[in-house]
Amino acid sequence: MSDVSLTVNGRRVSGSAEDRTLLVHFLREHLGLTGTHVGCDTSQCGACVVHVDGRAVKSCTMLAAQASGSTVVTIEGLSDGAELHPVQAAFKEYHGLQCGFCTPGMIMTATDMIARHPQGLDEATVRAELDGNICRCTGYHNIVKAILAASETMAKGAKGKAKQAA
Amino acid sequence: MYSVNYHRASSLADAAKLMKNGDAKLLSGGMTLIPAMKTRLASPSDLVDVSRLNDLQGVKVSGKTVTIGAATTHYDVYSDEKLRKACPALAHLASLIGDPAVRHKGTIGGSIANNDPAADYPAALLALGATIITNKREIAADKFFKGLFETALKEGEIATAVSFTAPAKAAYQKFRNPASRYAIVGVFVAKGKDGVRVAVTGAGEDGVFRSKEIEAALAKNFDAAALAGLKLPAKGLMSDIHASADYRANLIAVMAKRAVMAANA
Repeated sequence: MSDVSLTVNGRRVSGSAEDRTLLVHFLREHLGLTGTHVGCDTSQCGACVVHVDGRAVKSCTMLAAQASGSTVVTIEGLSDGAELHPVQAAFKEYHGLQCGFCTPGMIMTATDMIARHPQGLDEATVRAELDGNICRCTGYHNIVKAILAASETMAKGAKGKAKQAA
Repeated sequence: MYSVNYHRASSLADAAKLMKNGDAKLLSGGMTLIPAMKTRLASPSDLVDVSRLNDLQGVKVSGKTVTIGAATTHYDVYSDEKLRKACPALAHLASLIGDPAVRHKGTIGGSIANNDPAADYPAALLALGATIITNKREIAADKFFKGLFETALKEGEIATAVSFTAPAKAAYQKFRNPASRYAIVGVFVAKGKDGVRVAVTGAGEDGVFRSKEIEAALAKNFDAAALAGLKLPAKGLMSDIHASADYRANLIAVMAKRAVMAANA
């Protein structure tokens, strides 16, 4: 057994888990955070993407014990109360989902992607960056539109904040 | 996932000690090992996590000498500004591995210790004439990669870093399997102090190898024109559902030409 201590969505949590427990199972079954999905369980589909220490990773391919001591953000940690995160809002606005199964992973990948491209995104970059996320409903078109729109909204927001600060 | 004992090493010496537990395996990013454990292709009794050891992190560039810690992730190799100046070909190669989430976890040390016959880094290290540094010794890349998933690493030996002299020119071109993102054929060309070295991954039945034919042609003239009409033998190349040996032989020449063009660009 391993003692697993994490900061998940700003909350300190700890628990005991078998060494073999995958991070995704720890999040879902020990913490009840079922927004993170298990799609393929083979690191292909990206439905399980969460942020560990600020980086998007596949939580089905990481042991909870490996993550112990880290800061984790899941889909449940993005919104500010009832107010959706700009990426969530854009997925809603542009209909970037159909069945919704891949959506948590798509959104966690998208927020990581936008953070790594402060200079902005273009369609080709978004499509390349979605390499590790599989959607079987929408054909990606609206997902790409949503991410591009969110990237612009967030860039404007950042500029606005910078102005306020100045 | 079947039952396994997890240990987080506190130092390199601690890791070496922990490796004496049962049938222990080193765990770094786990991007290959954990999927292999799920499918029972690997079944270690114990995992020794070295991914957080400070000694194993980061890229150092000192003059022409580049040293990369074994637990440096593909993303950190790709985004290191010093490396992008010293050897942009290797930074580019790192950007072609797996997908973004995989690159955030997978490490150079894990890749070379696993020596998958379609992995990218083995081609780079072989073409760059790199040295693999372990907790016991230094091993030349020419002697390190021993065949399919086989390396010169002994039981319990830990790769800690790789080191090489920045080449004057280098490039990597990869024809990737769109589903797995592994190389169907990948060719790394490097022109440096030891002349021209060309290594091929994804194609050899015995894993990564140097192409003497391409090296000889490029030694005379480091230009894609020197490879015009080059026909490589299909003997010793893999045939599988993705590509026949003949197809791979042709792809090696095509990727080599593109790599030389990129290196000269």
